[in-house]
Amino acid sequence: MREIISDIFSYQFLSYGLIVGLCVSLCASILGVILVLKRYSMIGDGLSHISFGALALASVLGFAPLKVAIPLVALASILLLRFGGKIIKGDSLIAIISSSSLAVGILLISYFGSGTDMNSYLIGSLYAVEKNDVILSVVLSMAVMTIFILMYNRIFSVTFDEEFSRATGMKVNFYNTVIAILVSVTVVIGMRLMGALLISALIVFPAISSMRIFKSFFSVTVSSVIISAFCFLTGFCLSIIFDSVPAGSSVTLVNLFVFIVFSVIGAIRK
Amino acid sequence: MSLITLNNLNMSYEGKRVISNLSLEIEEGDYLCIVGENGTGKTTLLKGLLGLKKIDSGSIVTKDGTSLEKIGYLPQQTPVQKDFPASVREVVISGTISGSVFKPFYSKKDKKKAIEAMKKLEIDHLSKKSFQDLSGGQKQRVLLARAICASQKVLVLDEPVNGLDSIAAQEMYEIIDKLNKDGITIIMISHDIKRVIKNSKHILHLGQQKTMFSGKSSEYKLAAENGGFWERNI
Repeated sequence: MREIISDIFSYQFLSYGLIVGLCVSLCASILGVILVLKRYSMIGDGLSHISFGALALASVLGFAPLKVAIPLVALASILLLRFGGKIIKGDSLIAIISSSSLAVGILLISYFGSGTDMNSYLIGSLYAVEKNDVILSVVLSMAVMTIFILMYNRIFSVTFDEEFSRATGMKVNFYNTVIAILVSVTVVIGMRLMGALLISALIVFPAISSMRIFKSFFSVTVSSVIISAFCFLTGFCLSIIFDSVPAGSSVTLVNLFVFIVFSVIGAIRK
Repeated sequence: MSLITLNNLNMSYEGKRVISNLSLEIEEGDYLCIVGENGTGKTTLLKGLLGLKKIDSGSIVTKDGTSLEKIGYLPQQTPVQKDFPASVREVVISGTISGSVFKPFYSKKDKKKAIEAMKKLEIDHLSKKSFQDLSGGQKQRVLLARAICASQKVLVLDEPVNGLDSIAAQEMYEIIDKLNKDGITIIMISHDIKRVIKNSKHILHLGQQKTMFSGKSSEYKLAAENGGFWERNI
Protein backbone atom coordinates (compact mmCIF):
# COMPACT_ATOMS: atom_id res chain seq x y z
CA MET A 1 0.00 0.00 0.00
CA ARG A 2 2.75 2.40 0.96
CA GLU A 3 4.45 1.68 -2.37
CA ILE A 4 1.31 2.57 -4.28
CA ILE A 5 0.94 5.84 -2.44
CA SER A 6 4.54 6.79 -3.01
CA ASP A 7 4.12 5.79 -6.67
CA ILE A 8 1.14 8.09 -7.03
CA PHE A 9 3.09 11.00 -5.67
CA SER A 10 6.28 10.33 -7.56
CA TYR A 11 4.66 9.79 -10.95
CA GLN A 12 2.70 12.89 -11.79
CA PHE A 13 0.48 11.21 -14.37
CA LEU A 14 -0.77 8.88 -11.67
CA SER A 15 -1.90 11.70 -9.43
CA TYR A 16 -3.53 13.35 -12.46
CA GLY A 17 -5.36 10.13 -13.19
CA LEU A 18 -6.41 9.81 -9.59
CA ILE A 19 -7.85 13.33 -9.42
CA VAL A 20 -9.68 13.18 -12.72
CA GLY A 21 -10.91 9.66 -12.05
CA LEU A 22 -12.36 10.57 -8.67
CA CYS A 23 -14.08 13.65 -10.07
CA VAL A 24 -15.60 11.68 -12.92
CA SER A 25 -16.67 8.83 -10.65
CA LEU A 26 -18.55 11.20 -8.37
CA CYS A 27 -20.33 12.97 -11.23
CA ALA A 28 -21.14 9.74 -13.04
CA SER A 29 -22.58 8.14 -9.93
CA ILE A 30 -25.09 10.89 -9.13
CA LEU A 31 -26.16 11.29 -12.74
CA GLY A 32 -26.35 7.52 -13.04
CA VAL A 33 -29.15 7.40 -10.48
CA ILE A 34 -31.30 9.60 -12.69
CA LEU A 35 -30.40 7.87 -15.94
CA VAL A 36 -31.12 4.42 -14.56
CA LEU A 37 -34.50 5.59 -13.25
CA LYS A 38 -35.33 7.26 -16.54
CA ARG A 39 -34.52 3.94 -18.27
CA TYR A 40 -31.60 5.54 -20.08
CA SER A 41 -28.84 3.28 -18.78
CA MET A 42 -27.35 2.82 -22.22
CA ILE A 43 -27.04 6.49 -22.95
CA GLY A 44 -23.59 6.66 -21.33
CA ASP A 45 -22.40 3.95 -23.66
CA GLY A 46 -23.87 5.70 -26.69
CA LEU A 47 -22.44 9.06 -25.70
CA SER A 48 -18.97 7.64 -25.14
CA HIS A 49 -18.97 6.31 -28.69
CA ILE A 50 -20.06 9.68 -29.97
CA SER A 51 -17.34 11.20 -27.85
CA PHE A 52 -14.85 8.81 -29.46
CA GLY A 53 -15.88 10.04 -32.90
CA ALA A 54 -15.64 13.65 -31.76
CA LEU A 55 -12.20 13.19 -30.21
CA ALA A 56 -10.97 11.50 -33.38
CA LEU A 57 -12.27 14.44 -35.40
CA ALA A 58 -10.54 16.88 -33.06
CA SER A 59 -7.22 15.08 -33.28
CA VAL A 60 -7.38 14.92 -37.09
CA LEU A 61 -8.18 18.62 -37.32
CA GLY A 62 -5.63 19.45 -34.65
CA PHE A 63 -8.11 21.07 -32.24
CA ALA A 64 -8.15 20.74 -28.48
CA PRO A 65 -9.98 17.46 -27.89
CA LEU A 66 -12.32 18.44 -25.04
CA LYS A 67 -13.39 21.67 -26.67
CA VAL A 68 -14.62 19.81 -29.73
CA ALA A 69 -16.01 16.79 -27.97
CA ILE A 70 -18.06 18.43 -25.21
CA PRO A 71 -20.34 20.55 -27.46
CA LEU A 72 -20.79 17.74 -29.98
CA VAL A 73 -21.63 15.16 -27.35
CA ALA A 74 -23.90 17.61 -25.52
CA LEU A 75 -25.80 18.18 -28.74
CA ALA A 76 -26.18 14.46 -29.36
CA SER A 77 -27.27 13.87 -25.80
CA ILE A 78 -29.93 16.59 -25.93
CA LEU A 79 -31.22 15.05 -29.14
CA LEU A 80 -31.34 11.62 -27.56
CA LEU A 81 -32.89 12.62 -24.24
CA ARG A 82 -35.43 15.06 -25.60
CA PHE A 83 -36.35 13.76 -28.99
CA GLY A 84 -35.44 10.09 -28.71
CA GLY A 85 -38.47 7.93 -29.29
CA LYS A 86 -40.33 10.39 -31.47
CA ILE A 87 -38.91 9.23 -34.82
CA ILE A 88 -37.01 6.08 -33.93
CA LYS A 89 -37.41 4.17 -30.64
CA GLY A 90 -35.00 5.45 -27.95
CA ASP A 91 -32.69 2.46 -27.67
CA SER A 92 -32.48 1.90 -31.44
CA LEU A 93 -31.63 5.55 -31.91
CA ILE A 94 -28.79 5.27 -29.38
CA ALA A 95 -27.50 2.19 -31.21
CA ILE A 96 -27.61 3.90 -34.61
CA ILE A 97 -25.90 7.09 -33.51
CA SER A 98 -23.28 5.43 -31.34
CA SER A 99 -22.17 2.80 -33.84
CA SER A 100 -22.03 5.38 -36.61
CA SER A 101 -19.87 7.73 -34.54
CA LEU A 102 -17.60 4.86 -33.59
CA ALA A 103 -17.24 3.99 -37.27
CA VAL A 104 -16.50 7.60 -38.21
CA GLY A 105 -13.92 7.84 -35.45
CA ILE A 106 -12.15 4.65 -36.48
CA LEU A 107 -12.20 5.72 -40.13
CA LEU A 108 -10.73 9.15 -39.34
CA ILE A 109 -7.98 7.79 -37.13
CA SER A 110 -7.06 4.94 -39.49
CA TYR A 111 -7.08 6.99 -42.65
CA PHE A 112 -5.48 10.19 -41.45
CA GLY A 113 -3.53 8.27 -38.82
CA SER A 114 -2.20 11.37 -37.16
CA GLY A 115 -0.26 9.33 -34.66
CA THR A 116 -3.30 9.07 -32.42
CA ASP A 117 -3.42 5.99 -30.28
CA MET A 118 -6.87 4.55 -30.91
CA ASN A 119 -6.55 2.19 -27.96
CA SER A 120 -6.14 4.98 -25.47
CA TYR A 121 -9.56 6.30 -26.47
CA LEU A 122 -11.28 2.95 -26.63
CA ILE A 123 -9.82 1.33 -23.55
CA GLY A 124 -8.70 4.39 -21.66
CA SER A 125 -5.41 5.00 -19.99
CA LEU A 126 -3.96 6.62 -16.91
CA TYR A 127 -1.22 7.99 -19.14
CA ALA A 128 -3.66 9.89 -21.34
CA VAL A 129 -4.39 12.56 -18.75
CA GLU A 130 -2.47 15.79 -19.16
CA LYS A 131 -2.16 18.78 -16.88
CA ASN A 132 -4.60 20.97 -18.83
CA ASP A 133 -7.11 18.15 -18.74
CA VAL A 134 -6.80 17.94 -14.97
CA ILE A 135 -7.69 21.57 -14.40
CA LEU A 136 -10.56 21.51 -16.87
CA SER A 137 -11.85 18.23 -15.49
CA VAL A 138 -11.82 19.42 -11.91
CA VAL A 139 -13.59 22.66 -12.82
CA LEU A 140 -16.22 20.88 -14.89
CA SER A 141 -16.84 18.22 -12.27
CA MET A 142 -17.29 20.88 -9.62
CA ALA A 143 -19.78 22.59 -11.91
CA VAL A 144 -21.68 19.34 -12.48
CA MET A 145 -21.84 18.63 -8.74
CA THR A 146 -22.90 22.18 -7.86
CA ILE A 147 -25.64 22.29 -10.46
CA PHE A 148 -26.87 18.88 -9.36
CA ILE A 149 -27.02 19.89 -5.70
CA LEU A 150 -28.82 23.17 -6.46
CA MET A 151 -31.38 21.41 -8.65
CA TYR A 152 -31.56 18.21 -6.62
CA ASN A 153 -35.18 18.61 -5.46
CA ARG A 154 -36.39 19.58 -8.90
CA ILE A 155 -34.48 16.82 -10.62
CA PHE A 156 -36.09 14.38 -8.21
CA SER A 157 -39.55 15.70 -8.97
CA VAL A 158 -39.05 15.68 -12.74
CA THR A 159 -37.62 12.17 -12.68
CA PHE A 160 -40.34 10.80 -10.41
CA ASP A 161 -43.29 12.36 -12.22
CA GLU A 162 -42.94 14.51 -15.31
CA GLU A 163 -46.65 15.20 -15.68
CA PHE A 164 -47.06 16.40 -12.11
CA SER A 165 -43.96 18.57 -12.33
CA ARG A 166 -45.19 20.10 -15.56
CA ALA A 167 -48.54 20.85 -13.93
CA THR A 168 -46.82 22.81 -11.15
CA GLY A 169 -45.24 24.96 -13.82
CA MET A 170 -41.78 23.44 -13.85
CA LYS A 171 -39.92 23.63 -17.14
CA VAL A 172 -39.45 19.89 -17.49
CA ASN A 173 -37.66 20.13 -20.82
CA PHE A 174 -35.19 22.58 -19.36
CA TYR A 175 -34.27 20.14 -16.60
CA ASN A 176 -33.98 17.27 -19.06
CA THR A 177 -31.64 19.39 -21.15
CA VAL A 178 -29.56 20.27 -18.10
CA ILE A 179 -29.26 16.58 -17.23
CA ALA A 180 -28.25 15.81 -20.83
CA ILE A 181 -25.49 18.42 -20.75
CA LEU A 182 -24.18 17.28 -17.36
CA VAL A 183 -24.04 13.70 -18.58
CA SER A 184 -22.18 14.69 -21.74
CA VAL A 185 -19.56 16.65 -19.87
CA THR A 186 -19.02 13.74 -17.51
CA VAL A 187 -18.74 11.19 -20.29
CA VAL A 188 -16.27 13.22 -22.32
CA ILE A 189 -13.99 13.87 -19.35
CA GLY A 190 -14.22 10.30 -18.15
CA MET A 191 -13.60 8.44 -21.35
CA ARG A 192 -9.91 9.37 -21.59
CA LEU A 193 -9.43 7.48 -18.39
CA MET A 194 -12.07 4.76 -18.54
CA GLY A 195 -12.21 4.39 -22.31
CA ALA A 196 -15.21 4.62 -24.58
CA LEU A 197 -15.98 0.97 -23.97
CA LEU A 198 -16.23 1.12 -20.19
CA ILE A 199 -17.47 4.59 -19.21
CA SER A 200 -21.06 3.46 -18.93
CA ALA A 201 -20.01 1.18 -16.08
CA LEU A 202 -19.24 4.27 -14.01
CA ILE A 203 -22.72 5.59 -14.69
CA VAL A 204 -24.81 2.49 -14.24
CA PHE A 205 -23.13 0.26 -11.64
CA PRO A 206 -23.09 2.47 -8.51
CA ALA A 207 -26.76 3.42 -8.97
CA ILE A 208 -27.92 -0.14 -9.59
CA SER A 209 -25.88 -1.46 -6.66
CA SER A 210 -27.32 1.15 -4.27
CA MET A 211 -30.86 0.40 -5.37
CA ARG A 212 -30.40 -3.23 -4.28
CA ILE A 213 -30.27 -2.07 -0.67
CA PHE A 214 -31.39 1.53 -0.31
CA LYS A 215 -34.96 2.65 -0.91
CA SER A 216 -35.05 6.43 -0.68
CA PHE A 217 -33.77 8.80 -3.34
CA PHE A 218 -31.42 10.54 -0.94
CA SER A 219 -29.86 7.36 0.44
CA VAL A 220 -29.49 5.90 -3.07
CA THR A 221 -27.75 9.07 -4.27
CA VAL A 222 -25.39 9.28 -1.31
CA SER A 223 -24.50 5.60 -1.36
CA SER A 224 -23.90 5.73 -5.12
CA VAL A 225 -21.33 8.43 -4.57
CA ILE A 226 -19.60 6.43 -1.83
CA ILE A 227 -19.67 3.18 -3.81
CA SER A 228 -18.36 4.92 -6.87
CA ALA A 229 -15.46 6.54 -5.03
CA PHE A 230 -14.60 3.26 -3.30
CA CYS A 231 -14.69 1.26 -6.53
CA PHE A 232 -12.61 3.79 -8.38
CA LEU A 233 -9.91 3.94 -5.71
CA THR A 234 -9.76 0.16 -5.42
CA GLY A 235 -9.70 -0.33 -9.18
CA PHE A 236 -7.11 2.40 -9.56
CA CYS A 237 -4.77 0.71 -7.06
CA LEU A 238 -5.31 -2.66 -8.73
CA SER A 239 -4.36 -1.18 -12.06
CA ILE A 240 -1.11 0.08 -10.58
CA ILE A 241 -0.36 -3.22 -8.87
CA PHE A 242 -1.07 -5.26 -12.01
CA ASP A 243 1.01 -3.18 -14.29
CA SER A 244 -0.58 -3.70 -17.66
CA VAL A 245 -4.25 -3.65 -16.63
CA PRO A 246 -6.02 -0.45 -17.76
CA ALA A 247 -7.87 1.35 -14.97
CA GLY A 248 -11.15 1.18 -16.91
CA SER A 249 -11.15 -2.57 -16.75
CA SER A 250 -10.18 -2.96 -13.09
CA VAL A 251 -12.61 -0.23 -11.91
CA THR A 252 -15.45 -1.88 -13.83
CA LEU A 253 -14.69 -5.29 -12.33
CA VAL A 254 -14.60 -3.90 -8.79
CA ASN A 255 -17.98 -2.31 -9.54
CA LEU A 256 -19.30 -5.66 -10.73
CA PHE A 257 -18.05 -7.27 -7.53
CA VAL A 258 -19.78 -4.66 -5.36
CA PHE A 259 -22.96 -5.09 -7.38
CA ILE A 260 -22.94 -8.84 -6.72
CA VAL A 261 -22.31 -8.34 -3.00
CA PHE A 262 -25.11 -5.75 -2.73
CA SER A 263 -27.50 -7.96 -4.68
CA VAL A 264 -26.88 -10.84 -2.30
CA ILE A 265 -27.37 -8.60 0.75
CA GLY A 266 -30.53 -7.17 -0.81
CA ALA A 267 -31.90 -10.65 -1.52
CA ILE A 268 -31.17 -11.89 2.01
CA ARG A 269 -32.88 -8.86 3.53
CA LYS A 270 -36.08 -9.61 1.62
CA MET B 1 -67.31 35.02 -10.60
CA SER B 2 -66.71 31.30 -10.85
CA LEU B 3 -63.36 29.84 -9.91
CA ILE B 4 -62.81 28.41 -13.39
CA THR B 5 -64.92 29.21 -16.46
CA LEU B 6 -64.70 27.30 -19.73
CA ASN B 7 -66.04 29.10 -22.78
CA ASN B 8 -66.75 27.17 -26.00
CA LEU B 9 -63.75 25.01 -25.40
CA ASN B 10 -62.45 22.83 -28.23
CA MET B 11 -59.66 20.31 -27.74
CA SER B 12 -58.18 17.44 -29.73
CA TYR B 13 -56.41 14.22 -28.90
CA GLU B 14 -53.94 12.97 -31.51
CA GLY B 15 -55.48 15.16 -34.16
CA LYS B 16 -59.03 14.05 -33.44
CA ARG B 17 -61.49 16.52 -31.93
CA VAL B 18 -62.66 15.13 -28.59
CA ILE B 19 -63.91 18.17 -26.66
CA SER B 20 -66.35 20.17 -28.69
CA ASN B 21 -67.85 23.54 -27.73
CA LEU B 22 -67.78 22.84 -24.02
CA SER B 23 -68.86 25.62 -21.70
CA LEU B 24 -68.77 25.09 -17.98
CA GLU B 25 -68.47 26.98 -14.72
CA ILE B 26 -66.70 25.53 -11.74
CA GLU B 27 -67.46 27.28 -8.46
CA GLU B 28 -65.27 27.52 -5.41
CA GLY B 29 -65.84 24.49 -3.19
CA ASP B 30 -67.40 22.56 -6.06
CA TYR B 31 -67.14 18.79 -6.43
CA LEU B 32 -67.23 18.06 -10.13
CA CYS B 33 -67.09 14.57 -11.52
CA ILE B 34 -66.24 13.94 -15.14
CA VAL B 35 -67.63 10.67 -16.47
CA GLY B 36 -67.90 9.09 -19.88
CA GLU B 37 -66.61 6.26 -22.00
CA ASN B 38 -62.97 5.85 -22.94
CA GLY B 39 -61.88 8.14 -25.71
CA THR B 40 -64.35 10.91 -24.92
CA GLY B 41 -61.59 13.28 -23.86
CA LYS B 42 -61.82 13.22 -20.07
CA THR B 43 -58.08 13.22 -19.49
CA THR B 44 -57.56 15.63 -22.38
CA LEU B 45 -59.92 18.08 -20.68
CA LEU B 46 -58.08 17.76 -17.35
CA LYS B 47 -54.76 18.37 -19.09
CA GLY B 48 -56.23 21.44 -20.71
CA LEU B 49 -57.27 22.73 -17.29
CA LEU B 50 -53.77 22.15 -15.97
CA GLY B 51 -52.16 23.85 -18.92
CA LEU B 52 -50.46 20.63 -19.99
CA LYS B 53 -52.20 20.53 -23.34
CA LYS B 54 -52.99 23.25 -25.83
CA ILE B 55 -56.61 24.09 -26.49
CA ASP B 56 -57.77 24.46 -30.10
CA SER B 57 -60.12 27.33 -29.45
CA GLY B 58 -62.30 28.86 -26.75
CA SER B 59 -60.95 29.89 -23.39
CA ILE B 60 -60.26 28.83 -19.84
CA VAL B 61 -60.64 31.78 -17.47
CA THR B 62 -59.76 31.63 -13.81
CA LYS B 63 -60.97 33.89 -11.05
CA ASP B 64 -58.68 36.88 -10.48
CA GLY B 65 -56.42 35.28 -13.05
CA THR B 66 -55.39 32.69 -10.44
CA SER B 67 -52.55 30.77 -11.99
CA LEU B 68 -53.39 27.27 -13.16
CA GLU B 69 -50.14 26.25 -11.51
CA LYS B 70 -51.87 26.58 -8.18
CA ILE B 71 -53.88 23.46 -8.92
CA GLY B 72 -52.92 20.21 -7.20
CA TYR B 73 -52.80 17.33 -9.63
CA LEU B 74 -53.12 13.61 -9.02
CA PRO B 75 -52.05 11.99 -12.30
CA GLN B 76 -52.30 8.32 -13.08
CA GLN B 77 -49.30 6.38 -11.83
CA THR B 78 -46.50 5.74 -14.29
CA PRO B 79 -44.44 2.55 -14.80
CA VAL B 80 -41.29 4.44 -13.69
CA GLN B 81 -42.74 4.82 -10.20
CA LYS B 82 -43.04 1.06 -9.66
CA ASP B 83 -39.42 0.56 -8.64
CA PHE B 84 -38.44 4.15 -7.95
CA PRO B 85 -36.41 4.52 -4.76
CA ALA B 86 -38.17 7.34 -2.93
CA SER B 87 -39.40 7.69 0.62
CA VAL B 88 -42.97 8.81 1.26
CA ARG B 89 -41.67 12.07 2.67
CA GLU B 90 -39.56 12.74 -0.40
CA VAL B 91 -42.56 12.28 -2.68
CA VAL B 92 -44.97 14.35 -0.60
CA ILE B 93 -42.66 17.31 -0.08
CA SER B 94 -41.86 17.47 -3.80
CA GLY B 95 -45.39 18.85 -4.15
CA THR B 96 -44.27 22.11 -2.57
CA ILE B 97 -41.92 22.90 -5.47
CA SER B 98 -43.27 25.73 -7.54
CA GLY B 99 -42.26 26.19 -11.14
CA SER B 100 -42.25 29.95 -11.02
CA VAL B 101 -39.97 30.53 -8.02
CA PHE B 102 -36.52 28.98 -7.98
CA LYS B 103 -35.50 27.86 -4.52
CA PRO B 104 -32.81 25.21 -4.39
CA PHE B 105 -33.84 23.76 -1.03
CA TYR B 106 -37.04 23.18 0.93
CA SER B 107 -37.92 25.82 3.50
CA LYS B 108 -39.25 25.20 7.01
CA LYS B 109 -42.67 26.15 5.70
CA ASP B 110 -42.44 23.51 2.98
CA LYS B 111 -41.51 20.86 5.51
CA LYS B 112 -44.42 21.84 7.73
CA LYS B 113 -46.78 21.73 4.77
CA ALA B 114 -45.63 18.21 3.93
CA ILE B 115 -46.11 17.00 7.51
CA GLU B 116 -49.59 18.52 7.66
CA ALA B 117 -50.56 16.92 4.34
CA MET B 118 -49.34 13.53 5.55
CA LYS B 119 -51.29 13.89 8.79
CA LYS B 120 -54.41 14.86 6.88
CA LEU B 121 -54.23 11.70 4.81
CA GLU B 122 -53.16 9.58 7.78
CA ILE B 123 -49.88 8.50 6.26
CA ASP B 124 -47.53 10.31 8.63
CA HIS B 125 -46.48 7.00 10.18
CA LEU B 126 -45.30 5.87 6.71
CA SER B 127 -43.15 8.95 6.17
CA LYS B 128 -39.84 7.04 6.08
CA LYS B 129 -41.22 4.02 4.21
CA SER B 130 -40.31 3.45 0.60
CA PHE B 131 -42.97 4.42 -1.93
CA GLN B 132 -42.44 1.24 -3.94
CA ASP B 133 -43.23 -0.98 -0.93
CA LEU B 134 -46.65 0.56 -0.26
CA SER B 135 -50.05 -0.89 -1.16
CA GLY B 136 -52.02 0.62 -4.03
CA GLY B 137 -54.27 2.59 -1.69
CA GLN B 138 -51.35 3.95 0.32
CA LYS B 139 -49.54 5.01 -2.86
CA GLN B 140 -52.58 6.99 -3.98
CA ARG B 141 -52.76 8.69 -0.60
CA VAL B 142 -49.12 9.68 -0.88
CA LEU B 143 -49.70 11.17 -4.33
CA LEU B 144 -52.81 12.92 -3.04
CA ALA B 145 -50.80 14.37 -0.15
CA ARG B 146 -48.30 15.64 -2.72
CA ALA B 147 -51.14 17.28 -4.63
CA ILE B 148 -52.34 18.97 -1.42
CA CYS B 149 -48.83 20.35 -0.91
CA ALA B 150 -49.14 21.93 -4.34
CA SER B 151 -52.57 23.43 -3.70
CA GLN B 152 -54.91 23.84 -0.77
CA LYS B 153 -57.61 25.16 -3.09
CA VAL B 154 -58.20 23.04 -6.17
CA LEU B 155 -57.41 19.37 -6.73
CA VAL B 156 -57.60 17.68 -10.11
CA LEU B 157 -57.78 13.90 -9.83
CA ASP B 158 -57.42 11.53 -12.75
CA GLU B 159 -59.16 8.27 -11.84
CA PRO B 160 -57.99 8.24 -8.23
CA VAL B 161 -59.34 4.76 -7.51
CA ASN B 162 -58.01 3.11 -10.65
CA GLY B 163 -56.51 -0.27 -9.78
CA LEU B 164 -57.59 -0.18 -6.14
CA ASP B 165 -59.57 -2.97 -4.49
CA SER B 166 -63.06 -2.06 -3.32
CA ILE B 167 -62.08 -1.34 0.29
CA ALA B 168 -59.18 0.90 -0.68
CA ALA B 169 -61.38 2.62 -3.27
CA GLN B 170 -64.03 3.25 -0.63
CA GLU B 171 -61.41 4.79 1.68
CA MET B 172 -60.09 6.94 -1.14
CA TYR B 173 -63.56 8.31 -1.88
CA GLU B 174 -64.10 9.04 1.80
CA ILE B 175 -60.85 11.02 1.90
CA ILE B 176 -61.84 12.99 -1.19
CA ASP B 177 -65.27 13.73 0.27
CA LYS B 178 -63.61 14.94 3.44
CA LEU B 179 -61.21 17.19 1.56
CA ASN B 180 -64.16 18.72 -0.27
CA LYS B 181 -66.00 19.32 3.00
CA ASP B 182 -62.88 21.13 4.20
CA GLY B 183 -63.41 23.55 1.34
CA ILE B 184 -61.12 22.20 -1.37
CA THR B 185 -62.58 22.30 -4.88
CA ILE B 186 -62.46 18.84 -6.45
CA ILE B 187 -62.40 18.05 -10.16
CA MET B 188 -62.27 14.31 -10.68
CA ILE B 189 -62.50 11.72 -13.43
CA SER B 190 -64.21 8.52 -12.36
CA HIS B 191 -65.81 5.44 -13.83
CA ASP B 192 -67.73 4.65 -10.71
CA ILE B 193 -70.97 6.43 -11.60
CA LYS B 194 -73.09 5.08 -8.76
CA ARG B 195 -70.58 6.16 -6.16
CA VAL B 196 -69.97 9.63 -7.53
CA ILE B 197 -73.65 10.48 -8.01
CA LYS B 198 -73.98 10.24 -4.23
CA ASN B 199 -71.11 12.50 -3.24
CA SER B 200 -70.31 14.89 -6.03
CA LYS B 201 -72.16 18.17 -6.53
CA HIS B 202 -71.91 18.39 -10.30
CA ILE B 203 -71.46 15.91 -13.08
CA LEU B 204 -70.10 16.39 -16.55
CA HIS B 205 -70.85 13.43 -18.78
CA LEU B 206 -68.80 13.49 -21.96
CA GLY B 207 -69.87 11.59 -25.08
CA GLN B 208 -68.28 11.32 -28.49
CA GLN B 209 -67.55 14.96 -29.35
CA LYS B 210 -70.54 16.19 -27.41
CA THR B 211 -71.61 16.86 -23.85
CA MET B 212 -74.19 14.31 -22.76
CA PHE B 213 -74.95 15.98 -19.46
CA SER B 214 -73.67 18.89 -17.46
CA GLY B 215 -75.37 19.90 -14.27
CA LYS B 216 -76.23 18.95 -10.72
CA SER B 217 -75.59 15.41 -9.59
CA SER B 218 -79.14 15.11 -8.23
CA GLU B 219 -80.57 15.95 -11.66
CA TYR B 220 -78.19 13.50 -13.29
CA LYS B 221 -79.43 10.84 -10.92
CA LEU B 222 -83.06 11.55 -11.79
CA ALA B 223 -82.35 11.45 -15.50
CA ALA B 224 -80.45 8.22 -15.14
CA GLU B 225 -83.24 6.62 -13.09
CA ASN B 226 -85.79 7.54 -15.72
CA GLY B 227 -83.88 5.39 -18.14
CA GLY B 228 -82.04 8.46 -19.30
CA PHE B 229 -79.02 8.98 -21.45
CA TRP B 230 -76.58 6.84 -19.59
CA GLU B 231 -78.04 3.47 -20.47
CA ARG B 232 -78.77 4.57 -24.01
CA ASN B 233 -75.31 5.69 -24.71
CA ILE B 234 -73.13 3.21 -22.95
